[in-house]
Amino acid sequence: MPREIAQRHQMPKQDPRERIRNFNEVALGYSPETAISEAKRCIQCPKRPCVGGCPVGVDIPDFIALLREGRFGEAAKKIKEKNSLPAICGRVCPQETQCEAVCTLGRAKNQKPVAIGALERFVADWERRELATLGGNSPAAGNEGATAKVAVVGSGPAGLTCAAELAKFGYRVVLFEALHEVGGVLRYGIPEFRLPKAILDEEVQYVKNLGVEIRTNMLIGQTLTIDDLFNDGFRAVFIGTGAGLPHFLGIPGENLNGVYSANEYLTRSNLMKAYLFPEYDTPIKTGKRVAVVGAGNVAMDAARTALRLGAEKVMIVYRRSRAEMPARAEEIENAEEEGVELMLLTNPVRVIGNEKGWVTGMECMRMELGEPDESGRRRPVPVKGSEFTLEIDTMISAIGTDPNPLLTKRTPGLVLGRHGNIIIDEKTGETSIPGVFAGGDIVTGSATVIAAMGAGKLAARGIHEYIRSRGW
Amino acid sequence: MNEILRKEVLAPRITEFEVYAPEIAAKAQPGHFVILRVHEKGERIPLTIADYDAVKGTITMVSQEVGKTTSQLATLEVGDSLADLVGPLGTPMHIEKVGCVVCVSGGLGVAPMYPKARRFYELGSKVVSFIGAQTKEMLIFKERMEKVSHHVGYSTDDGSFGHHGFVTDLLRKFLESGKEVDEVVAIGPLPMMRAAARVTRDFGVKTVVSLNPIMVDGTGMCGGCRVTVGGEVKFACVDGPAFDGHKVDFEELMARQNRFLEEERIAMERFRAQGEGCKCQER
Ligand SMILES: Cc1cc2nc3c(=O)[nH]c(=O)nc-3n(C[C@H](O)[C@H](O)[C@H](O)COP(=O)(O)OP(=O)(O)OC[C@H]3O[C@@H](n4cnc5c(N)ncnc54)[C@H](O)[C@@H]3O)c2cc1C
Ligand SMILES: Cc1cc2nc3c(=O)[nH]c(=O)nc-3n(C[C@H](O)[C@H](O)[C@H](O)COP(=O)(O)OP(=O)(O)OC[C@H]3O[C@@H](n4cnc5c(N)ncnc54)[C@H](O)[C@@H]3O)c2cc1C
Ligand code: SF4
Ligand code: SF4
Ligand code: FES
Repeated sequence: MPREIAQRHQMPKQDPRERIRNFNEVALGYSPETAISEAKRCIQCPKRPCVGGCPVGVDIPDFIALLREGRFGEAAKKIKEKNSLPAICGRVCPQETQCEAVCTLGRAKNQKPVAIGALERFVADWERRELATLGGNSPAAGNEGATAKVAVVGSGPAGLTCAAELAKFGYRVVLFEALHEVGGVLRYGIPEFRLPKAILDEEVQYVKNLGVEIRTNMLIGQTLTIDDLFNDGFRAVFIGTGAGLPHFLGIPGENLNGVYSANEYLTRSNLMKAYLFPEYDTPIKTGKRVAVVGAGNVAMDAARTALRLGAEKVMIVYRRSRAEMPARAEEIENAEEEGVELMLLTNPVRVIGNEKGWVTGMECMRMELGEPDESGRRRPVPVKGSEFTLEIDTMISAIGTDPNPLLTKRTPGLVLGRHGNIIIDEKTGETSIPGVFAGGDIVTGSATVIAAMGAGKLAARGIHEYIRSRGW
Repeated sequence: MNEILRKEVLAPRITEFEVYAPEIAAKAQPGHFVILRVHEKGERIPLTIADYDAVKGTITMVSQEVGKTTSQLATLEVGDSLADLVGPLGTPMHIEKVGCVVCVSGGLGVAPMYPKARRFYELGSKVVSFIGAQTKEMLIFKERMEKVSHHVGYSTDDGSFGHHGFVTDLLRKFLESGKEVDEVVAIGPLPMMRAAARVTRDFGVKTVVSLNPIMVDGTGMCGGCRVTVGGEVKFACVDGPAFDGHKVDFEELMARQNRFLEEERIAMERFRAQGEGCKCQER
């Protein structure tokens, strides 16, 4: 007997006019009542298509079943069997192309998929609050008796997950991070208003509590090499160094003052807290008229950060059309609500500066869509004679990143792909060097948080097998 | 961690620090630098490794007070620790035995020059050093440079010591005298490095300079340190900081150095207003 299914519950958000003046989280989360009510929409499909849509295979119907009975703690445990960072994934996963994309409900007429991400976030947040009142996570496991030591390089989602899994297997794990803080893109890239750093801090604490030793300010390839790590007694090494090398367009004027890579802009604001200058020492030029080139999540984050830093006009400049914008639908919507303007089918050809070397404008061309290219998207072609100048004082380039070559260049014998990405055995995560494993953006190029976590987890299992097979 | 073991004021507003950092000391080569933070809300600033001792596990840095962070660094004492220190960063300078190398340093540049001159000297090259400073009391690393050079010439802007004028005058005179020079290394303020590169271009002598663009991460991740060399964009923190002086676009770099002048002024004024008393609060 089919029962009436309620409409998907919207998550409350901060008012756009209010939120562009602060860095607090935009989406506010469900109340317990709303969460239970949303959970009740799930029809518990026997075939569980949603599980297949999740890169790490979270047992979605099971956690939702616990949730709707109000058994929040058990629901959290259920999620954590597969996903150790649910408070983060619930916030930043592109659910609309993953778990929620294949939810049966989404296929039904006049229905939207179950808000799986929002529910995951609710459960994780509930558990965090609960743990906080109980006085934090359980104490460090320590793994004193463990025999083998494993090194993890890079503390983004791939490295954090790999380290946590290895610690659970009982290894002594040391996590090396080049920056002074842990988290990779979760720390320096994704802004506070989308992922509060307090949540990241708690997840990092959880990893520490598992007994993982974290060493920041360690640039592997420079401070220590992979060989040094093996000589120090590490039995295996996981490389999760990400895709941090920013692209530039290669057009004239890109080194003018006022032109940033999104990485620089976001790192200054997020990692260095330049939005709190001068309380924090690192400066950033806010800019009044800002053009962000690109249309992915990174571009949205940069644009919305610029608004919060006080820009009067922020434009997304993108050479294709709206349909091709790679950013999450929710983030595009958020950006537009906040007043970010989309300048689609527009391509910058030159940055214009004044005699002192500061940006004053950007020359652009209108584009139209032609034949599909190798990516299957229609190729943008310039419209002759359509040049025009945008008056701007800040340009942020958010057109993508490549794997960071610093470590790979200094590790002889490591086989790399065309874009400098590390080639691995898909089943184990092992690279061309025995005992060296890799995963995350350094392997795939820029992808997603959850994919990086999945890769970290897979490699942890690969490392476990590798070490066991040698009887260490 | 990263405790300051020795502190010495070398000249007004120029301080030398020897810091415990065994892993960095073990890997350091001439041309490497570090990035440090003085306190938890501080900026990441790069300083060159002026000396290193792998046995003692220490590195030495010389810092000139030019703004908030360097001024605050100068308030640290022996026994204090840096909040963060990462390194060695950058690509070491390529140094091989040559017939004759001329090392031209301006101002603080002599500290970064020292390990390079020493390496040239140890390899058996003839080392000629020219050292320029504003005035006699700002001359630093005099004895150290004399030990690793076959000849040292000095200049001061006010004529209080050595040649009255620019250090690049000494370089030009030396090249004009027809001496065989294989390589020139120039380290100092941008105008001085640009002038040195102009002088040597006339003589067709290979010239290496060490650039100091504004940096953030120092790992090649932000691109803030980009410089144009021979028409190509390079990230100074990984591809450099040493580059062919004849190919560097100095004008662009000079403009880029001024990116945050306004904010730097605000930070410095605030620091001064808080006075010495702020030291314990801020850290
Ligand atoms: C602004 C921005 C927004 C994004 N938004 C989303 C989103 O909403 N949803 C989503 O799913 N994905 C998003 N992504 C993508 C996602 O963040 C990445 O795919 C993911 O972080 C990759 O994880 P990783 O662990 O492979 O690498 P990273 O997160 O890049 O971490 C790599 C870490 O390794 C360190 N490192 C590098 N080299 C060395 C070395 N030699 N020695 C020591 N440490 C080193 C780096 O400092 C860094 O901390 C976004 C990315 C950006 C930049
Ligand atoms: C590779 C490299 C090696 C260096 N070695 C030395 C050294 O051995 N001794 C020394 O005294 N100085 C050195 N510097 C310069 C030093 O980093 C700056 O003087 C310092 O960052 C200034 O910080 P501040 O807050 O005191 O001054 P601010 O008031 O912030 O700045 C003063 C000037 O310093 C430069 N600067 C500011 N911030 C940075 C930054 N984050 N990175 C680089 N430059 C910046 C700018 O040109 C600015 O106008 C080096 C720089 C580089 C890039
Ligand atoms: S981890 Fe991401 S994809 Fe998987 S269930 Fe959670 S939100 Fe969906
Ligand atoms: S597909 Fe959707 S409705 Fe079906 S079990 Fe999964 S979440 Fe529930
Ligand atoms: S300092 Fe960020 S790339 Fe060089």
